[in-house]
Amino acid sequence: MFTILHLAIIAPFLAAVLVPLLYKFIPRIHTGWFVLIVPIVLFSYFLTYLPDVSGTGSVIKTFEWIPSLGINYVAYVDGLGLLFALLITGIGALVVLYSIYYLNKHKEQLNNFYTYLMLFMGAMLGLTLSDNLIVLYTFWEITSISSFLLISYWYTKEKSRYGALKSLLITFIGGFALLVGFVLIASVTGTYSIRGILDASDQLAASPLFLPAMLLILLGAFTKSAQFPFHIWLPDAMEAPTPVSAYLHSATMVKAGIYLVARLTPLFAVSAYWFWLVTGFGLLTLIWGSLSAIRQTDLKGILAYSTVSQLGMILSMLGAGAAALHYDSVDNNAYTVAVAAAIFHLINHATYKGSLFMMAGIIDHETGTRDIRRLGGLMTLMPISFTIAVIGSFSMAGLPPFNGFLSKEMFFMSMVEITHFSQYGMGSIGLLLPIVAWTASIFTFVYCMILVFRTFTGKLQEEKLPAKPHEAPFGMLLAPLILVALVVVFGFFPNTLVPAIIEPAMASIMPELAQTGSFGVDIYFWHRFSTELFMTIGVVLLGTIIFLVLQKWSSIYAVFPDNRLFNQTYNRFLEGIERTSYTVISWHMTGLVRDYFIYIFSFTVVLLLFSLFGTGAFAIDTANMVPVTPYEAVLSLVLVGSSLILMFTRSRLKAVISLGVLGYTVALFFVLFRAPDLALTQLTIETVSVTLFLLCFYHFPQIFDALKETKFHAANLVISVAVGLTVTLIGLSASGTRLFPAISDYFLENSYKEAGGNNVVNVILVDFRGFDTLLEILVLGIASLGVYSLIKLRLAGGENK
Amino acid sequence: MEIIMSILAGFLFTVGLYLILTKNLIRIIIGSSVLSHGAHLLLLTMAGLKTGAPPLLGLNADTYVDPLPQALILTAIVISFGVTSFILVLGYRTYKVTGAAETDQLRGTDTDE
Repeated sequence: MFTILHLAIIAPFLAAVLVPLLYKFIPRIHTGWFVLIVPIVLFSYFLTYLPDVSGTGSVIKTFEWIPSLGINYVAYVDGLGLLFALLITGIGALVVLYSIYYLNKHKEQLNNFYTYLMLFMGAMLGLTLSDNLIVLYTFWEITSISSFLLISYWYTKEKSRYGALKSLLITFIGGFALLVGFVLIASVTGTYSIRGILDASDQLAASPLFLPAMLLILLGAFTKSAQFPFHIWLPDAMEAPTPVSAYLHSATMVKAGIYLVARLTPLFAVSAYWFWLVTGFGLLTLIWGSLSAIRQTDLKGILAYSTVSQLGMILSMLGAGAAALHYDSVDNNAYTVAVAAAIFHLINHATYKGSLFMMAGIIDHETGTRDIRRLGGLMTLMPISFTIAVIGSFSMAGLPPFNGFLSKEMFFMSMVEITHFSQYGMGSIGLLLPIVAWTASIFTFVYCMILVFRTFTGKLQEEKLPAKPHEAPFGMLLAPLILVALVVVFGFFPNTLVPAIIEPAMASIMPELAQTGSFGVDIYFWHRFSTELFMTIGVVLLGTIIFLVLQKWSSIYAVFPDNRLFNQTYNRFLEGIERTSYTVISWHMTGLVRDYFIYIFSFTVVLLLFSLFGTGAFAIDTANMVPVTPYEAVLSLVLVGSSLILMFTRSRLKAVISLGVLGYTVALFFVLFRAPDLALTQLTIETVSVTLFLLCFYHFPQIFDALKETKFHAANLVISVAVGLTVTLIGLSASGTRLFPAISDYFLENSYKEAGGNNVVNVILVDFRGFDTLLEILVLGIASLGVYSLIKLRLAGGENK
Repeated sequence: MEIIMSILAGFLFTVGLYLILTKNLIRIIIGSSVLSHGAHLLLLTMAGLKTGAPPLLGLNADTYVDPLPQALILTAIVISFGVTSFILVLGYRTYKVTGAAETDQLRGTDTDE
């Protein structure tokens, strides 16, 4: 049944249809104001689901989409799905609000922007609230497409197009892998339903397809979530308008991969590969992203790499959380904290990174540049933006009293905790995990400081700024202010989120553990002097030192490989593909119709002969054949003779006459084979055709001159003979085989009874198959119109009749 | 007779296709006409030859030949006439406008977009 829940999920798509109309007919009001209603209403609507999913609850509504293929649209709201739905609509509402001030209604094509944005929002909701893998996959690809459209929003810029294509290609490669992975899973478990698959997880774990499916799905998730080494698309995606970067490329779309990993954790967590791949790539991305972020000079570049790095961090926590599933109960299960931390950090990241992106957009908007080498000293000019930047960055750096501090502590805790885990071949190598996490956090701290202090303190270099800096209008500040307010609120009252969102989401990731009792998540500031606290203190101390001496460090960077390596690989890959496909295409797409005919007919011959002999259909049955009369033999010879003349003649008149002879012979064959109507028609038509050819010949003899220069072509003859032979073989097999009685008896019996006609062929044409004949007349009508207009048409210039 | 008719149909296909594969516009048009003759004969042959009287109920015969292929062929004859006349005029027109009587003279280059 189609319910309000389904409607809510597709509501953004409906809005996407309305946007261009609103833009066109109500141009005075910024289209964003209308669009804003959608995410606000949806956010409020999804809030009402909070009680339903508390504990281990969920809501399922099924709409049968393609029942015959077992593809249903099952809207499935559980803790994890609802968390994402709230993020998508909540951040979505703020981003739309922000964009109203960011995008000028007179200069920008708002209809495109909001259509794409709504398309994305709908796809993202569908992705996270679907129980069916095929539906999930479809929405997954729609998010890639809408991301492509939004990155290339300013499509006149070369870099926008490059970034858009890059993101599309990389995420599509992953998306394809994902589809294959899903099909593999479904081939083992026999269902595309996520709940069904999770129930059958033992079956999958025992299957040899377990590992390939896992690797393919991880490839999809890693490309989408910009994990090392696929992260290179995200910095280039920053060419998108800033609201898009804040929304798609930080808060929501890039978290689709995280969603997928979280969703499928119960399925794959038994495997050590899963743990090492997810945690390993997560941590690698974390440290690589934070190191790369320090080198950036563009505010959005820093934020892009920071997003890459933070996504890695969330993934590594989810990977570590897989350890929790090796226990039967939540009691004494220290590893669940990693999952809690992942979810908490996911929310926190959306709040502070969203506000920081909006801050970067404000700086760009008000000063005309995002280059930190030109910025500086904006603190007094833009105090509110400064406040936003300080709260956002300090939270990201993991400083108290903001929410980032809490999740960073939990991250350290889970990384320290995981070293005690005895499975997965942990051993001494496990000690690397907290060390990498800690090192990466130092660099995270450094780039957060760069973000704030390089932009807002120091000397104002007004002469280098394209515009005179001043504080942004209030409307533009509103959305980031709401987000930083959340940063502070979640910092002081983190436990308000726990029962409503975090624990239900954990229950979705660890469904079996959730049955055994409450996760008992309790987030608090003061941890006593634990390892985590010392790690944080170390991060702050070392980070501050590095930040202060950073200038001296920059020479060391030149030694390390940077992202150019991956970008070059991508570019070479792209060029290689282009070159190869150009070569292949220019080799076979010659532009000569003759060559294409040869392809078509060769393929036809191969296919027909293969099915003829491959299925053993070839048979000659001479039992019912009629003997050859002398008259028929003569006609056959005439037919062969006239066609041979046609084939080789160089005389135009001979060609026309032979064609006429051929046609009349066929008519005589019709007479012999008891087909009087055919013979009549053929005679009439042949007379008209010959007349037409002769007319053409009379009016325009030169066109026939080319016949004189005819050359014999052996390759053509080979193909022609092959086709002719195939036709003969099929004709022989067909005339000797009767698989079932012909339907003609019906026509013979009913021709007089039903239609009152004795000529059965005529009755079939005008009565039983009357519509065919009607359409045939239509075809003739179109042909005659074409003939008439081709003769009468005078083209402008170039021709004098 | 069915064997001979099948071979004849195949032969007409060969000739028609050979003509279609040449570059000359007129030969291509003639070829398509020959090809359709071949197809008609093939259809008629596949249904079985001379299995009864012509499908005219007034003859009061015991058996009649299959009327359905005849109806199909009749339609096909008319359509192929429409196509032949159209491409004939198209060829005529093409020659008049471009002066080309061979397909490769009609090729555009990749830069002509």
